[in-house]
Amino acid sequence: MKKQLLALFMAIVPSLALAAGGGNVHLDEMKPDIYDQPSLQRGAHLFVNYCMGCHSMQYQRFSRTAEDIGIPQDVVEQNLIFSSAIKYNDQMRIAMNPKDAAQWFGAPPPDLTLTARLRGTDWIYTYLRSFYVDPARPWGTNNTVFPDVGMPHVLEPLQGVQTKVCEPGSEAAAKATVVDPLTGKTSGGNEGCFKLVKQGSMSPQEFDKAMYDLTNFLAYVGEPSKLESNEIAPKVLIFIVIFFFVSYLLKKEYWRDIH
Amino acid sequence: MGNPNRVKAESGIMRWIDDRFPATQMWQDHLSKYYAPKNFNFWYFFGSLALLVLVNQILTGIWLTMSYNPSAEGAFASVEYIMRDVEYGWLIRYMHSTGASAFFVVVYLHMFRGMMYGSYKAPRELIWIFGMAIYLALMAEAFMGYLLPWGQMSYWGAQVIISLFTAIPVIGGDLAQWVRGDFLISGITLNRFFALHVIALPIVLLALVVLHILALHEVGSNNPDGIDIKKNKDSNGIPLDGIPFHPYYSVKDIVGVAVFLFVFCTIIFYFPEMGGYFLEPPNFEPANALKTPAHIAPVWYFTPFYAMLRAVTFPLFGLDAKFWGVVVMGAAIAILFVLPWLDRSPVRSIRYKGNLSKIALVLFAISFVILGVLGALPSTPGRTLVAQIATLVYFAYFVLMPFYTKIEQTKPVPERVTG
Ligand code: HEC
Ligand code: HEM
Repeated sequence: MKKQLLALFMAIVPSLALAAGGGNVHLDEMKPDIYDQPSLQRGAHLFVNYCMGCHSMQYQRFSRTAEDIGIPQDVVEQNLIFSSAIKYNDQMRIAMNPKDAAQWFGAPPPDLTLTARLRGTDWIYTYLRSFYVDPARPWGTNNTVFPDVGMPHVLEPLQGVQTKVCEPGSEAAAKATVVDPLTGKTSGGNEGCFKLVKQGSMSPQEFDKAMYDLTNFLAYVGEPSKLESNEIAPKVLIFIVIFFFVSYLLKKEYWRDIH
Repeated sequence: MGNPNRVKAESGIMRWIDDRFPATQMWQDHLSKYYAPKNFNFWYFFGSLALLVLVNQILTGIWLTMSYNPSAEGAFASVEYIMRDVEYGWLIRYMHSTGASAFFVVVYLHMFRGMMYGSYKAPRELIWIFGMAIYLALMAEAFMGYLLPWGQMSYWGAQVIISLFTAIPVIGGDLAQWVRGDFLISGITLNRFFALHVIALPIVLLALVVLHILALHEVGSNNPDGIDIKKNKDSNGIPLDGIPFHPYYSVKDIVGVAVFLFVFCTIIFYFPEMGGYFLEPPNFEPANALKTPAHIAPVWYFTPFYAMLRAVTFPLFGLDAKFWGVVVMGAAIAILFVLPWLDRSPVRSIRYKGNLSKIALVLFAISFVILGVLGALPSTPGRTLVAQIATLVYFAYFVLMPFYTKIEQTKPVPERVTG
């Protein structure tokens, strides 16, 4: 039996091992909570106001988003849809021509529907908080997570301006990293390497929270079916467990006289 | 009326049918009077589970096809349409994508069972050969299916594999172009892969599964002891160690189905990406012929062979390393076909084989797993060396088999099946 278990184990190991991680930049952790509707609503609001000028969400509909995260239709139509050509049931497309955009920014702003599944939420959360002043770049800003990024620091009015004072991942960064004595969580090597030189309309804590909300919204949009999936999963699994016991008893009954 | 040599029902509608179609006869031959050894263990669940997954793939595949758009412009968006706008589309898609991986898990375990208990040995060579043909068709089916969502990994994975044809001297380049139907992978390639994936290969697979089971029922199932149960029969000619497949194994297999479904559904509902192994993250970005991903890895079930391909790093006889890599990869699969003729042991099951066979089988399994892990990782000189050693061990299992199965001391095989 031991040998069989070992053999089974060896046969399934490759499917269980963890996927190889991405780059070597430190990423701050964020845990999405797709049941936190106020957070998702704030994230959606930030998204349409600060991102949808350049980025579409062309696979996701306004109506679906509204129903899932609990925004009434009239509120969506008044506050989230800015063009009369776009209807409540339409996908979250934008007017910008990708060819022009590529000209302006050096790269077209990609559609963000699936970015949370492509890059991961930690990546997005860190990326949005890692813009810093770099006069060598066309927009005057660069990003430690996405070096030489074509996207300008569109959240500057909220966050303010930060400079990079050490290389993330370096020894200096490790020293600068702040550990919260209560939770034991680090605020990340990146954060320690930035210095806010001009405060925006939000405090650093408020800004982190806003970026959490925005990332959380992107996590929801990446896989809206998670809501439905989580809802029916326990029912299906409980049914299967009951089915297992019934079939097991049936098998025992039939096999009673086989020796 | 009809064929007088058939078993027929006494009267009624069944009799009417039996006079025109051998329904009762077939029911008895394949289910109620098909005598299977009574000592099947855990490893014998995977044949029926493979059938279950096959049915799952066909049914969910049909429903996916109803909303999928096989064009370079529309494929990616249509998959997201299925995920978001089609009622339960996400469930159908995850059942299909998880089913593909489950198919290989189940088939690998099923094949390993055959190798442990010598189920490929006479008189079951054809069951094994049909099985291998199924495995080949399954690999082609999975490969073509993976192009359909038209993500970055779909595109570049197919690009890497099809460009292997160019390693063949003289005709390689033309051959690769003929397969693609274009100079690069394009909508033309997508359309033909779609046709093969939804029609041609499923028909081949179904036909092969029928042949596989007909061959099995002609000679009867092997068992963990590797004993021929037909040697000991009662006065009615029924094997003493045999029990009718139905109801005994039909009810037993259903218990296996319940356990399988629990694991399968847990993955579908909670981990459909399975840590990036069942659905790879780069595939959430649409195919882009101008942007090569940093790390191209095939899906996990192909990685052992991909590792062997990359393990060949040196040219030979004026032909480049890539060509020999393809040869090694092809040989790794081809050699499995002749397994029945490599094993010269007087016994079937690993239970009664000698220590050499046991060590060889364990080393083989370890090397296959190591290759699988390496094939998913970017290569480094150290990893390449390990892959080369593992490839040698993989082949040694087969090439040396005629010798170690011949010279080793086997244990006496009992007369009747054990526990
Ligand atoms: C002025 C136009 C513009 C605005 C507004 C904008 N972005 Fe971008 N964004 C870009 C461009 C251009 C790129 C592509 C950068 C590159 O490839 O170099 C990009 C890239 C990104 C990426 C990386 C995607 C990937 O997978 O490569 C993310 C994530 C992102 N943006 C999020 C946001 C969010 C969230 C907002 C709203 C707060 C936003 N962007 C607002 C132009 C913009
Ligand atoms: C679609 C894929 C497949 C299906 C549906 C399938 C189905 C089955 C079924 C139902 C059985 C009888 C039950 C059992 O013994 O577990 C069986 C037996 C067998 N299969 Fe498969 N099979 C598949 C693939 C393969 C492959 C890829 C191989 C090996 C190359 C293989 C080799 C065998 C052998 C040797 C037996 C006889 C086992 C014994 O009697 O001990 N099969 N198969």
